[in-house]
Amino acid sequence: MSLQVNDLKVYYRTLAGDVKALDGATFSIADGEIMGLAGESGCGKSTLGNSLIRLDGRMKYVGGSVTLDGAEMPIWDKQAMVPFRFREVSVVPQYAMSAMNPTRKIGVMIGELVESRGLPYKQIKVELGRRIDVVGLTQDVLKRYPIELSGGMKQRMVMVISTLLNPSLLIADEITSALDVSTQRAVAETLVSFRDHGFVKSMMVITHDISILYQISDSILIMYAGKLAEKAATSRIIQSPMHPYTQMLVASLPEVGVRYVDKKLTGIPGSPPSLLTPPTGCRFRARCPLAYAKCAEEPPFVEVEPDHSVACWKVPGPNA
Amino acid sequence: MRRYFGRKLLTYAITFFIAATIDWLIPRLMPGDPIAGMMQRTGGGSTLSPEASAAMVQYYTNLFGLNRPMWEQYLGFWTSLFHGDLGLSIFGHGRAVTDTIMAAVPYTLGLLIPAILLSYWLGNSFGAVAARRKWLDNSILPIGYLLTATPYMWLGLMLAYIVGFTFRWFPLSGGYGFNLEPALTWLFISDLIAHWFMPFFSLFLVMLGGWAIGMRNMIIYELESDYSRYLEALGAPQRLVRKYAFRNAMLPQITGLALQLGVIVAGALVTEIVFSYPGIGQLVFNAIKSEDYFLLQGIFLFIIIGVLAANFIVDIVYVIVDPRTRVAMRGGTA
Repeated sequence: MSLQVNDLKVYYRTLAGDVKALDGATFSIADGEIMGLAGESGCGKSTLGNSLIRLDGRMKYVGGSVTLDGAEMPIWDKQAMVPFRFREVSVVPQYAMSAMNPTRKIGVMIGELVESRGLPYKQIKVELGRRIDVVGLTQDVLKRYPIELSGGMKQRMVMVISTLLNPSLLIADEITSALDVSTQRAVAETLVSFRDHGFVKSMMVITHDISILYQISDSILIMYAGKLAEKAATSRIIQSPMHPYTQMLVASLPEVGVRYVDKKLTGIPGSPPSLLTPPTGCRFRARCPLAYAKCAEEPPFVEVEPDHSVACWKVPGPNA
Repeated sequence: MRRYFGRKLLTYAITFFIAATIDWLIPRLMPGDPIAGMMQRTGGGSTLSPEASAAMVQYYTNLFGLNRPMWEQYLGFWTSLFHGDLGLSIFGHGRAVTDTIMAAVPYTLGLLIPAILLSYWLGNSFGAVAARRKWLDNSILPIGYLLTATPYMWLGLMLAYIVGFTFRWFPLSGGYGFNLEPALTWLFISDLIAHWFMPFFSLFLVMLGGWAIGMRNMIIYELESDYSRYLEALGAPQRLVRKYAFRNAMLPQITGLALQLGVIVAGALVTEIVFSYPGIGQLVFNAIKSEDYFLLQGIFLFIIIGVLAANFIVDIVYVIVDPRTRVAMRGGTA
């Protein structure tokens, strides 16, 4: 088991009080697994991703544990996390287009970065060159400034940098959001090839675009309003989702070959609750067509069949 | 590269032409008659007989070419400008404007270059350090705001009163003592430095605050930028993150420095007046008082050239330090 997350809680400090962006997450990612993490904007996806590598100033660790390859990561301690970063867990950030220092040549920046982590640049240079080939860039990018690269090229370059030290876990945060559809596909395939080449062991791909996950991920974790809703293999999530939210989310995707003239593509009515004062019980209750009295209690996130966990009282299984 | 600088040079040439034209026009729009003013100052109007007085007015009006039509004066201005001739100073009773300015330039440069460079260096260092620690930030920032908000002349007056008048550590006014002749002696040089210190120090203090605040804000902005966050996410030590942030925060400060150096020729008007320091600022003041078209326009021409030259230097420096300008130069999209 590569990554094991146990009841992780991370809140945002605001003047109005704590925003419970991640309120108890328990899941695991196996070696070699590409897990997709999907949900609406503001459901806590990026908070989960960021908290595994670097809590920013506004984020507050509240509880829970994270274990990577058997070692517990002290995610609440900025300094103690440093040895894990880059080597064990790494990130391709949401802002990949502006992630590189604009006034340094890319090669120089990489050199200074790896040497600051105690690795001679020479030792890594051959491998760096090889990986630049893998993502379809030319060697001269190292002699160029970030501004001289297109958006897609910068994205691929950041992917190479982030995975240079073969981290065990790679967090890819909304990396396809700013790209056109064909580039999205190329970037998604590059991610898979990184896993296949052994550059990274396992991966967490954060997105709100389930169709991308359908192409590349082994499993999908659906989040709703700071809580986990459902986790299962990709095919299970797409073909037989159990949580009402997942069902409605998947139903809202257009299908190839279907004309939406007569049948209107449906969305999910309503909007997610405020995480400043989240409702008690199931957080999807207000928008859920199946809600009943029991939903006033919080449903546990339990395994209802092998490798398929759901947090819903209506799902047949141990809860029913 | 050549097209980039060619275009830049053309822009500068056009700017120079327009600025010089305005420079020529503005003093002439001032109300009053400079020759009459000069006659008054020298007492010529009262002691001379009306005929002699009229003859003198006639002579000076001819000398300065003020009797010719405006368009002729304007053309004459450009012709003599290309010959390096800025005309004669009314304030200086017909002394060449170039000489009058050149006599004041060393004082202004000696005052401003050390003040600007030293405050730039120290201010940026303070600012960068302040952005690092909470308690330093909480002490340096208010002091910086206080300094930068202080009017030059107020600080000058305070220094003059406390250090110069009450304690008598430094002389109050002038470039050097009235009892001395300029010479390369220790006596004269030490006197020069003593006179230089207070105007220098008041300028230095006020500018220091501005640089420190600017740098502190830029560093904080850079430390929150995406590339800093990415480096931190990859576990880069603070040393590296700060090095990048400092380098990038310096870029806008370089522009600020160039603009400061550009107006250097203007002198520190109020400071020089407070301490009666014989620099360009003092000269501007006198030129306005005596409606000296030629001196005023000569000094402003100096300032125009100074600002343009400083800007041109920044353009070149930027091409060296900021790769983004190089891309734009090749016609890329930045």
